[in-house]
Amino acid sequence: MADTIVIEVARYSPESDARPHFQKYEVPLRGDWMVLDALNYIKDKLDGSLTYRWSCRMGICGSCGMVVNGYERLTCETLLAQFAPGPVRVEPLRHFPIARDLVIDMTDFLEKLTRVKPWIVRKDKTPPPREYLQTPEQLATFKQYSNCINCMLCYSACPVYGIDPHFVGPAALALAERYNLDSRDQGLGDRLDVLSQHDGIWDCTVIGECSEVCPKEVDPSLAIQEFKLTATKEWYKSFLMPWGGK
Amino acid sequence: METSSHDILLVGGGGAALRAAIAVSEINPKLSVAVVSKVYPMRSHTVSAEGGAAGVIGEDDTLDEHAYDTISGGDWLSDQDCVEIFVNEIPKELLRLENWGCPWSRRDDGKVAVRPFGGMKKMRTWFAADKTGFHMLHTLFQTSLRYPLTRYDETFVTKLMVEGDRVCGVVAIELKTGKVRVITAKAVIICTGGCGRVFPYTTNANICTGDGMALAYRASAPLKDMEMVQYHPTGLPFTGILITEASRAEGGLLVNKDGYRYLQDYDLGKPQKEPVFRSMELGPRDRLSQAFVKEMEKGRTIKGPYGDVVHLDLRHLGEEKINAKLPMVRELCVKYENIDPVHQMIPVRPVQHYMMGGVHTDTSGATPLKGLYAAGEAACVSLNGANRLGSNSLSEILVFGARAGRAAAEYASQVAMPSANPVLALGSDEERRIETEYLRKTGGSEKISTLREAMQHTMEAGAGIYRTRASLAEAAGKIAEMQERYKAISMEDHSLAFNTQLVAALELGFLLDVAETILQCALQREESRGAHQRTDFPDRDDKKFLAHSLVSRSTDGRPVVSYLPVTITRWPPGKRVYGEQSTDGGHDSH
Repeated sequence: MADTIVIEVARYSPESDARPHFQKYEVPLRGDWMVLDALNYIKDKLDGSLTYRWSCRMGICGSCGMVVNGYERLTCETLLAQFAPGPVRVEPLRHFPIARDLVIDMTDFLEKLTRVKPWIVRKDKTPPPREYLQTPEQLATFKQYSNCINCMLCYSACPVYGIDPHFVGPAALALAERYNLDSRDQGLGDRLDVLSQHDGIWDCTVIGECSEVCPKEVDPSLAIQEFKLTATKEWYKSFLMPWGGK
Repeated sequence: METSSHDILLVGGGGAALRAAIAVSEINPKLSVAVVSKVYPMRSHTVSAEGGAAGVIGEDDTLDEHAYDTISGGDWLSDQDCVEIFVNEIPKELLRLENWGCPWSRRDDGKVAVRPFGGMKKMRTWFAADKTGFHMLHTLFQTSLRYPLTRYDETFVTKLMVEGDRVCGVVAIELKTGKVRVITAKAVIICTGGCGRVFPYTTNANICTGDGMALAYRASAPLKDMEMVQYHPTGLPFTGILITEASRAEGGLLVNKDGYRYLQDYDLGKPQKEPVFRSMELGPRDRLSQAFVKEMEKGRTIKGPYGDVVHLDLRHLGEEKINAKLPMVRELCVKYENIDPVHQMIPVRPVQHYMMGGVHTDTSGATPLKGLYAAGEAACVSLNGANRLGSNSLSEILVFGARAGRAAAEYASQVAMPSANPVLALGSDEERRIETEYLRKTGGSEKISTLREAMQHTMEAGAGIYRTRASLAEAAGKIAEMQERYKAISMEDHSLAFNTQLVAALELGFLLDVAETILQCALQREESRGAHQRTDFPDRDDKKFLAHSLVSRSTDGRPVVSYLPVTITRWPPGKRVYGEQSTDGGHDSH
């Protein structure tokens, strides 16, 4: 194995560049390094202006999602050596405005997340002074969706979001379904109102890229199909029982 | 320069901040609350906490036992009024999290499950598999979206503004645009977490740079017990990634190079097949980390490419239990060490993990500086004393986050908004400082990363698990030199948009200030207590040091240390006993 590898990093400054360009750096090729370690090496030793997000370096904070050699990944858990002899191409996530270099602007997601009401909705105003009982089986119905770390890899991989930025998108829909399936929640009706609109769930064409790239084995594609089914059932119910099927 | 104003401003967006923000909105919805954080709130380091949150729930458990475990775990440096408030309020707080949707692991009957944890005599640690911090943070963040909070995401606070005798807001840089924001507030609550990045090997995220501690210290609020630095006994060697204590609570064993459970040689009890409360692998973190150093000195650790390690053995737990209770441990080992704990032992070493010290507050989170509050790891409310027990910190952020929020709300309802003119003057002074000393600076000679690494290795060598007067004094001399060198850092990045080099430079400034306070407090505490072990003063000295270190910045910029007595209510200082003898540990307290 060679002892160095070339990294081609997308650079873009809103102050001076009309469009992104690539810059090459040569970094040590170490067996235990992740792609993030290579970026940190560049930042610390070669070029202090390289701009990217990172924090926990243990795959849980969701900051360091990028496109590495054409594929969405968390760079803190992507081994560098697998790309030897290189070069390795590192780009910002797709479909988002670029704030600078590898940093995308994810304001849109936060607005969408809020829109799907990702919290427990209850009809009783005062919660009980004890826990809501929930069996391990009930927990298991939504648990995988609650593992979403909001890393945005799925939005970058989603061709529908690429074409229609109004699409609510995989992570927000998975989190909506996480609450819909939670035995403690009574907010399905509220969420249906939002998500049954045309740019809610119906845009999804079941390509499944979102579930492919998810680093936490969340299955947003499944969430969206489950939700479509529920929405259809509720729609029929509203005809059969117009006084309130929800 | 952009200006805005709020009744209450949270600095930081982790668990403590979000709990505080929700508390304010609940107690007085008319108050305007804002959260300013250098990362999106769900990126905050709360996300990395794994094992759980302690709170009495079992029928066979009592609040007094939780209090006693916490106080003895902290080597009697905890304020006992604070501990009593804590153990009393935490079960209710954990239930609220449950009501808000936190996916706590459950028993078959649907009730919340609890697990054992280090230094705890009963099962009282609530958990969400081994991603407890992650689930708590996302539950709090998602719940916070229902409330009318203003968020300044990715906005880096550079200065706490003080006018007369009161805090009047902050100056911050909006990272996306580089715009300076002057945010006026009646009350500011610091919830910026810890400062692990002072050290080279730490479980802490890149963002844990002691910002709030340094901001408060520079604004003349004292820091407390800064010498009390926790090393977690089981971090991964190269990355410092945390392997949760829950792995030992579930039955994991620590063995040396001979496969011997060495903890039995260090007054931590006799090895049993099943985990025993307050014994062996379930001893407190300070004692386990210290045992590692002793074992290394005996030549019984294992040499690795990143220093000595011991082994954490989970193999006998079996794949099913590991997947159910410790999925993240398995995932981390596979990804970062190329090791599957189902079949292989995990190499681990002690790494810096937590600051017991922080901004000095009373039990409502108030600091001596009017209008300034603090909660969570950034604060020192004196819950954790000289050594925090695992699973008390996720609980601490809830109880004291909420208390700080309520206290700040009450204060903000009574005082007028700070007047605009002095605030604007403070803001433009700070804007000028950022421009001249950083953004437009040319010709520096010191690389930020070089200086940062030098600081980290100095701190590890001088103020690590064992310390002496000589090691601390040498480190203090070097850090003072680095403060000078810092003035000559070189800035290559002069752009406004998302300038992470500017952030790194400002963070390094914070880290150096925090490092200085750690060393001064450690130098002057001439005793050994909990996580602070002085080989030149190996015993606890209750006559002189049953007291908190308070460190303030003097007018010439040097740290000055004074002492504040520990509050004792019902548990007079006793001997810390772990191992089988400790099964009746609580009784000597009454």
